[in-house]
Amino acid sequence: MNIKIQGGRVIDPASQFDQVTDLYISAGKIAAIGNAPAGFTADQTIDASNQVVSPGLIDLCAHVREPGYTRKGNISTETAAAAAGGITTLCTPPNSKPIADTTAVVDLIQDRAREAGSARILPMGALTQGLAGEQLSPMHGLSQAGCIAFTNMRLPVKNSLVLTRCLEYAATHDLLVIFQAEDAGLSEGGAMHEDTTCTRLGLNGIPETAETIEVARCLLLIEQTGVRAHFGQLSCERSVKMVMDARDRGLQVTADIAIQNLLLTDENVNGFDPNFHLIPPLRSQLDRAGLRQALLSDGFQAICSDHQPHETAAKQAPFAATEPGMTGLETLLSLSLILVEQELISLSQMLSKLTCGPARVLGIESGQIAEGLPADLCIFDPQAEWSLTPETCHSAGQNTPFMGHTLKGQVSHTLLEGKVVFQLG
Amino acid sequence: MFEQQDPNLIQLNSEGQLKHFLTTEGLSRELLSEILDTADSFVDMSAQQVKKVPLLRGKTVVNLFFEASTRTASTFELAAKRLSADVLNLNISTSSTAKGETLKDTLMTMEAMHSDMFVVRHSDSGAQHYIAQNVTPDVAVINAGDGRHAHPTQAMLDMLTIRQHKGDFSPLKVAIVGDILHSRVARSQIHALRTLGAAEVRVIAPHTLLPRHIEALGVQVYTDMKQGLKDVDVVMMLRLQRERMLSALLPSEAEFYKLYGLSEDKLKHAHPDAIVMHPGPINRGVEIESAVADGPRSLILNQVTNGIAVRMAVMSMSMSGQTTEAARRAEQHASRTE
Repeated sequence: MNIKIQGGRVIDPASQFDQVTDLYISAGKIAAIGNAPAGFTADQTIDASNQVVSPGLIDLCAHVREPGYTRKGNISTETAAAAAGGITTLCTPPNSKPIADTTAVVDLIQDRAREAGSARILPMGALTQGLAGEQLSPMHGLSQAGCIAFTNMRLPVKNSLVLTRCLEYAATHDLLVIFQAEDAGLSEGGAMHEDTTCTRLGLNGIPETAETIEVARCLLLIEQTGVRAHFGQLSCERSVKMVMDARDRGLQVTADIAIQNLLLTDENVNGFDPNFHLIPPLRSQLDRAGLRQALLSDGFQAICSDHQPHETAAKQAPFAATEPGMTGLETLLSLSLILVEQELISLSQMLSKLTCGPARVLGIESGQIAEGLPADLCIFDPQAEWSLTPETCHSAGQNTPFMGHTLKGQVSHTLLEGKVVFQLG
Repeated sequence: MFEQQDPNLIQLNSEGQLKHFLTTEGLSRELLSEILDTADSFVDMSAQQVKKVPLLRGKTVVNLFFEASTRTASTFELAAKRLSADVLNLNISTSSTAKGETLKDTLMTMEAMHSDMFVVRHSDSGAQHYIAQNVTPDVAVINAGDGRHAHPTQAMLDMLTIRQHKGDFSPLKVAIVGDILHSRVARSQIHALRTLGAAEVRVIAPHTLLPRHIEALGVQVYTDMKQGLKDVDVVMMLRLQRERMLSALLPSEAEFYKLYGLSEDKLKHAHPDAIVMHPGPINRGVEIESAVADGPRSLILNQVTNGIAVRMAVMSMSMSGQTTEAARRAEQHASRTE
């Protein structure tokens, strides 16, 4: 199958290429940029005029709810949502049921993803068995089975010696460890950022220290063990400063930020709308400003969706009794374009946070447009307005405060290894 | 990105009248005064031989208490009966939720029985906002206490008590003492006092019982009783729940009493005419000395009496606001179908 993508503005942030040109795809790979390779005849031509052709997006954290929680979503629905959002690769956290601490579960997730065929799933494995924070998981075997990284998510590894051992073992095999920093004691029972809005609403707060204390502990152990490490979804200004300081000292640590934390604040919780019940919580304006500033630095290479679809009933209750998280795959690109519109970063810089940036974090080759690489592509019109509606939403979860909002930047085609997996209908 | 409209406006109908009563926050001084004036008229009535008025005749009021209560539940029941409503009391903590029914399902079931008003107490902050906004917007919802968020009828009965004894709010210094962190009463009192124009509102507690940035609500923070009580006109005590000792918030009841319990000795620092209030039930010897609770400055029993009048006021006003809204909807519907 040969595809010609004609007349699009091809942006490859990795090589800082930004030019209106044609792309030629053959056998799932990018055959040529600019001029057709000898003897190329297109079976299909995609008109990309007035559109941007970007590498397929890479999302560092997206829950697909399978196995175990299929009332909230499954690999078929959620990878379809990814494709509709221009995302070709997503990393899934290990808190499925059963937990991804055995190769069988990891195999199952990848098999289902291949069957669905809409997006590539790179599963994260559990750092400890059952995510219980006590015994090492078989990280080497899990990595052989396809785990891209290891995390204990927000579940505590209370004993610092156990955490040290986990990191030492991961370092032995050069495995990536991802931290979603949270001190269990300080965050217990919390529903939102602890500050004035929280005090007014009478909700249990999650103080900034719930994140910063754990970031500090992890940074010290990363330094001691030399493990490859990444912080997922940081939410506080102080945490990003700590990570930047550590990088200034030479520590090779990276971090990502969820798009909602770059756009919203705890004040949005005013009125108790459960769609703003998120973990990590939306924090103060000061925190949001700090996160946005961090995005301009090298260490913060990725923006993620932190996609967490829920069944309707999970959000039909008083605020604190609802399940946290928002669905986000389909809005990741459009919401990130707001950062460009607000002139925080350029279009190419923003795309780097969704493509080659996360690829570098993971140490994978995708996330760029170059001859010979798999043709994972996202074609979108940055000016086209659209809105996510319950009827058009591909994800099984409709839990997002952005439902029904007019957004800019509509994906017209998504290609995974040269195959069109989404086309705007 | 999201237009922030005051979420407390859902309490008002399109003419600015009360149609739910969820929180004292965000309501105007005029509206709060109207509640107090209306309550005053019911106070007078309660002293008469025939205590009933027909304002809610033919209406069904359902008391839904998802959290145990004796005093609040019974004064709401009495208030509804004195307004001639039919009253159904449901103690949900022991019925349907134990069978796994969701809050939404419980409320929709009650609505299907053509209820006109829900009086709700719930342990989750914002539960009544959720009900009024998402579940049964056309049924008047009266908040009888939600989590740590609000207990507006308690605050308004306190305001009525203060007004009866002090008249004008503007010169008053008021101290709220004790477990501010967990208190929905304190939050509702603070909003009401600020809106009604009290000169100064203070909170007095150790840092473990103060929520973060409470000063943003417009209060002065004190951790010392003598300083905090100095020259105040009103002392509002809060109930301290025993389980606070277990969650590392306080070392012991004895130490709390020594530092923050209201004794006659500490009360000397307040204004000589200071009044003492407590939402009940009181823990004698934990937050208040018996001599103070039973003493001449204590208005604890007046508060209970006023509680019925205030509840009658907000119930009748909210029902009227809902009726006006329903009439308007019917009118609009009629003009659309013409």
